[in-house]
Amino acid sequence: MTTNTAAATNVSPKARNAMANLGYWWDKVGIFAVLILLCAFMAVMAPSFLSIDNGLNVARSVSINAILAAGMTMIIITAGIDLSVGSILAVSGVAGVLLFVSGTPSILAVLGGILVGAFAGFINGAFVAWLALPAFIVTLGSMTYLRGIAYSLLEGQPLIASDLGYRGIGNGAVAGIPTPVVVMVVVYVVFWFILERTTFGRHVYAVGGNIEAARLAGINVKRVLAWVYTIAGAAAGLAGIIFSARVLSAQPTAGESYELDAIAAVVLGGTSLMGGRGRILGTLVGALIIGVLSNGLVLMNVPFFYQLIVKGLVIVLAVAIDSLRRLSKSGT
Amino acid sequence: MSEVATQAPLLEVRGVSKRFGATQALNDVSFDLRPGEVHALMGENGAGKSTLMKIISGNYAPDTGSIHMLGEQVVMASPRDAMTAGVGIIHQELNTFPEMTVAENLAVGNEPNRAGVLNRRQMLVDARDKLDHVGATGINPKTPIGRLSVGMQQMVEIARAMAEDVKVLVLDEPTAALSTSESNQLFELIREMRERGMGLIYISHRMEEVWHLADRVTVFRDGNLVGTRDMRATGPDAVRPNDIVKMMVGRDVDDLYGHERHELGDVRLEVEELTDGADIGPVSFSVRGGEIVSMVGLIGAGRTEVGRLLYGADRAASGTVKLDGEVLRVRGPKEAIAKGIGMLPESRKDQALFLEMSVRDNTAMSTLSDYSSGGVLKFRKMRSKVAAIFDSLAVKTASQATESRSLSGGNQQKLVLGRLMLERPSLMILDEPTRGVDIGAKSEIYRIIKEIAQAGTAVLVISSDLPEALGISDRLLVMREGRLVAELDASSATEEGVMEHATGVYADDTTRNDA
Repeated sequence: MTTNTAAATNVSPKARNAMANLGYWWDKVGIFAVLILLCAFMAVMAPSFLSIDNGLNVARSVSINAILAAGMTMIIITAGIDLSVGSILAVSGVAGVLLFVSGTPSILAVLGGILVGAFAGFINGAFVAWLALPAFIVTLGSMTYLRGIAYSLLEGQPLIASDLGYRGIGNGAVAGIPTPVVVMVVVYVVFWFILERTTFGRHVYAVGGNIEAARLAGINVKRVLAWVYTIAGAAAGLAGIIFSARVLSAQPTAGESYELDAIAAVVLGGTSLMGGRGRILGTLVGALIIGVLSNGLVLMNVPFFYQLIVKGLVIVLAVAIDSLRRLSKSGT
Repeated sequence: MSEVATQAPLLEVRGVSKRFGATQALNDVSFDLRPGEVHALMGENGAGKSTLMKIISGNYAPDTGSIHMLGEQVVMASPRDAMTAGVGIIHQELNTFPEMTVAENLAVGNEPNRAGVLNRRQMLVDARDKLDHVGATGINPKTPIGRLSVGMQQMVEIARAMAEDVKVLVLDEPTAALSTSESNQLFELIREMRERGMGLIYISHRMEEVWHLADRVTVFRDGNLVGTRDMRATGPDAVRPNDIVKMMVGRDVDDLYGHERHELGDVRLEVEELTDGADIGPVSFSVRGGEIVSMVGLIGAGRTEVGRLLYGADRAASGTVKLDGEVLRVRGPKEAIAKGIGMLPESRKDQALFLEMSVRDNTAMSTLSDYSSGGVLKFRKMRSKVAAIFDSLAVKTASQATESRSLSGGNQQKLVLGRLMLERPSLMILDEPTRGVDIGAKSEIYRIIKEIAQAGTAVLVISSDLPEALGISDRLLVMREGRLVAELDASSATEEGVMEHATGVYADDTTRNDA
């Protein structure tokens, strides 16, 4: 009788071991191995994939999403979300171009655009921190009104600025490496430093992991939240500047649905939507996976609609593996 | 009474063992429950009570051994099987759907319907029946259950468990979240069910409840059944509270706490007329440097609330708090820490730990500015400070980078204690410092508390564990219904004396068992 009931109620030890092994493997190499495998696969399927030119092309194409995702990572670590990053990108890009065409020096126009993004993020953060509103709702709202502001500033029409003073940020190169890629790397170094090497970074993880414990440990939880949204807004502002520099114009439609790709990169990188757990470099790898996938599928001449199917499935699969990992970790 | 004892047991567990990995959770345990008895299970966390209950209620399959109902062997392969056999269980946490009505909650999983269409009228009739059955005549089945008090919700849960012709009801720490009057109501109901011939298994840490309710007490320790005592025995066999504690602890209680008294310093904390403007206070008391003062009382007496007011976790309405002669105006935990007040919160997991973060980050979290300049962390300094604290607290961890989630309860508690020690407070508030830690870690935590006090810190302990409060403190403050009702010297106080003040029932001890 005992053997009977044991078999009926327990997952077989073999299956549990397999899950634990998978979890161990995932912890060690994880998403990075997926990126390598994906690259190897693409290299076999599309010979032109493995060239320096194409590599730089992929890096440039992911840079904007990767910068958005860096800010998104910090927000998601606090158990929040920001749906408005695409709209912030648009408003900041528009602001930068408008400042430039009104005669502002390039450097100030760039800073102005970033500040507009930071301010939009701060408004989000203020609602989340001091009014304790759900981040999803707050940023759903700001996603809409910021898009509206981007349109209003231009009266609905794109504004071409082919003589844009800071166009190098989007189209130039430093030592052969596209400027957006250089900016992206700098952003990730800065974010890594903030999250891993500063007291503020520890506080970000603490607030996301256990907000009440954070408060009782003497952390100013509200200020941390406000800063996190402000920083993410600044990152989105920077992405907006790069975008406008790349297309040499102010586009009210810029960045539509970019928030989804940013969230996908964060989740692929292993950051938990429940907060408290995540790594910024994982997000960079996540963004690269999305970029490699798109690029490779284009090189393989896969039609656009099939690309969507593959991209979506890869995201779900990666998250499923991560969830299995945690199940096996929590044991019985 | 004697005829009850001769009847066949309602439920009998024979030679049950259960192992999880390297842990022997239950080791050859035999246990029986008679009709019309309240059988209390006691023991430390991890002693095996919960594992046994999960086996009885069909959540775990035993590795060896068997379960018998009224003499017949039964197989509890699922919770459903257990219910069919007549075993109901009330879990420690509420299992209700707060947005649904009482009637809907009662019907969950078994909704009266015709071809899948709900019969709401029948549902209400059934609900009324079930509620009346447990004497909850005052509960309206149409009320959303989330609007009821915790105690009322628990009544509904009991009504739900009772619905299926239950012969055995397991109650796992049912009073953990109840107020005193709600608890008393529950005790009434338990006595009624006993009268009806049901068997009740009552799991509790609270000696006073067990003392008043139980017919028999079985004590577990480290997966073994230590013994069963008849609480109704009189004369030389009569059970004293200390006997049970000794069985739980496995050694004489006195050496657990350590005995030496020490010199007290000047008064460090003075609290005058502190109140939250509602149920708590006004309370006035003081604590000297080097002194350990324990606040004791029933759950809901307001002890935790006083601690939280002092720490600024909740806002006080009025009153003054002086630390070393200086009047403090603390508006939040951050200020409290800066002014020299540290607090170990009541719930380690909900209020203190960052489970995904490293043990180092957890320990250093409130003092990060001590190991940073311009907001940039100096890891070397942080590591060495944390290492020193881990040494003095004997924290068992693989490395400082280990996730705090993987530590045992006792070691997790040490992380939080270490965090407090790094704050170097003048006043340390310890709310349930040994809740949910094993006996070895308990005695270590007592040693640490004594050392902290000896260094001159004023220590305010909030404890629901009376022997602990008596054992480690210099002085006891007894609270009842938000007020301080007594101040006792710990060296001369007794558990019975404390309980009289805590309950407000100043009677002698003969009223125990059923009134």
